[in-house]
Amino acid sequence: MKTVQFREALREAMSEEMRRDEGVFLMGEEVAEYNGAYKVSQGMLDEFGAERVIDTPIAELGFAGIGVGAAMNGLRPVIEFMTWNFAILAADQIINSAAKMLQMSGGQINVPIVFRGGNGQAGQLAATHSQSFEAFYAHVPGLKVITPSTPYDAKGLLKAAIRDNDPVVFLESEKMYGDKGEIPEGEYILPIGVADIKREGSDVTIVTFGKIIKEVFKAADELEKEGVSVEVIDLRTIRPIDYDAVVNSIKKTNRCVVVEESWPLASISSEIAYHLQRYAFDYLDAPVYRVTQSDTPFPFATSLIAEALPNPKRIIDAVKSVMYIN
Amino acid sequence: MATSTKPKPISKATYLKWYEDMLLMRKFEEKAGQLYIQQKFGGFCHLYIGQEAVVAGAVSATKAGDKHITAYRDHAHPIGLGMHPKYVMAELYGKSTGCSKGKGGSMHMFDTSLGLWGGHGIVGAQIPMGAGMAFAEKYNKTKNVVLCSFGDGAARQGALHETFNMAMTWKLPVIFIIENNNYAMGTSVQRTSNITDLKKLGAAYDMPAESVDGMSCEEVHYAILRAADRARKGDGPTLLDIQTYRYKGHSMSDPQKYRTKEEVEKYKKLDPIQKVLETIKEKKYATAKLLEEIEERVKDKVVESVKFAEESPLPEAHELYEDVYAEADYPFIKEY
Repeated sequence: MKTVQFREALREAMSEEMRRDEGVFLMGEEVAEYNGAYKVSQGMLDEFGAERVIDTPIAELGFAGIGVGAAMNGLRPVIEFMTWNFAILAADQIINSAAKMLQMSGGQINVPIVFRGGNGQAGQLAATHSQSFEAFYAHVPGLKVITPSTPYDAKGLLKAAIRDNDPVVFLESEKMYGDKGEIPEGEYILPIGVADIKREGSDVTIVTFGKIIKEVFKAADELEKEGVSVEVIDLRTIRPIDYDAVVNSIKKTNRCVVVEESWPLASISSEIAYHLQRYAFDYLDAPVYRVTQSDTPFPFATSLIAEALPNPKRIIDAVKSVMYIN
Repeated sequence: MATSTKPKPISKATYLKWYEDMLLMRKFEEKAGQLYIQQKFGGFCHLYIGQEAVVAGAVSATKAGDKHITAYRDHAHPIGLGMHPKYVMAELYGKSTGCSKGKGGSMHMFDTSLGLWGGHGIVGAQIPMGAGMAFAEKYNKTKNVVLCSFGDGAARQGALHETFNMAMTWKLPVIFIIENNNYAMGTSVQRTSNITDLKKLGAAYDMPAESVDGMSCEEVHYAILRAADRARKGDGPTLLDIQTYRYKGHSMSDPQKYRTKEEVEKYKKLDPIQKVLETIKEKKYATAKLLEEIEERVKDKVVESVKFAEESPLPEAHELYEDVYAEADYPFIKEY
């Protein structure tokens, strides 16, 4: 094993896949000569050249569409968005073109493309730069959606995404790129659609994904001191969701809290709560609770950010509620 | 429209093919329009009638390996590229024998084996996609060209400008074809564009551009040849503002109050099929008997198309979950 930053894990995934398959290329804003806005693609231009590591103008719709067309015609593009907030401009090509092409062509044209970049809030960037898109894209049949929370998951899942024959939305975070974690020395691939039990426990299950998992771990540590054993399930893939992993955990703990960085309405937490009341009703000893971002645009002031985001205190409160403690 | 090399004269065979193909497009769509009114099939139905020379001239000027991508007014493209129209009709009917297995309908005709990469329903979405297909051709170092067609309405989309910029910067082998019938649905170019000479849209990107008489197969053919030649040499894209006219409404529910009957009649006098027929007669390329045989063949194909579409099965329920993911066992959520 070796210790790498999250950004290095992503870079290794892309570089390995580019060495393996000539059809894989990286395109996006600042990916080449600038070495990546967040240094994910550092050094890749030197290794692969300007034909395969391609700087684009600031034109998200245009280069997303060029990526879709290239994928239709047999290549395997990795399209980097500086953040997913900017990719709202490209949503037509992701949702209307990439996700629909196989069906509307009667199975003739698949779109093996990965759209990736930073997702969610990254500090004091205010409302337009701070959104999480898991639920938006998970809503769309035809797409797959991945949100890794560790360097290990990031590398294994990005390699799987690049090899996948369907369009994949890959959600990272500017705030995670510097996170360190262990990965194997050699090549490995993780399956899409499989959740991971990040921490085993017996009293309550917390279902979560993405970087907010760090707050969950803090809460779980505190709760453990109070004698509450928390199981943490990291969904890792948001479409398709590994429902079995969630249900199996609830069969053990009988209690569930969902922690999500995004807004509450029509969210992944509502989906998990629906699924559990439908398929694990008899195993639940309490209602499913959730901790989400406030139902507001993301704020700028630090005092308001603290109020908006899930934090250990709110998570602990939710866990105690489903445990009927206090 | 200057050209450095003298183009080859157009052969008798090409004239006869133009005539038969365009007559088939026309007769097929006239029938499709009738069937739509009789509610034999649903969805939208945008007819290409009047614009046939654009497809005919584009197809004759390109070769195997070149790829065509177009908008939702796409019944003529598959026919021009050699598809039997029965697969187009079956697609209109939403039958499983349609060229997109009944999953695309009128606006989404596909057959990549013939070089047809759709049929796209979102106005202008195929502009970056077409450039992306050309990106792949360049990446793979082929000499193939992508013909990316869209209407004058799509020419006002932001995607066009983003794509033009990248296509020129990267010298992608793509021909941007404005099928300019002067109306974005019911709104004329004059009412929505500060410039009415649409070839100027290439000017900000130094993209070579031409205005082309879209009622003339010959003019379209030669313009596409010039553009394809430029693309194959690695000199990048060309914008062709091909000026054509649709005789029918935007779709089947269009009362056409935005234009006069006189205007429509004026263009019908320029009909491309009649013009090609006149040339064939003038140059004695066909006997009266041969022309009769062509008409019979066309008529038979249209009759056969309707029969095929009506007798073909609808997709079965299980097909709902097929062709959504390339992955064979995707775990769809299935509820009541």
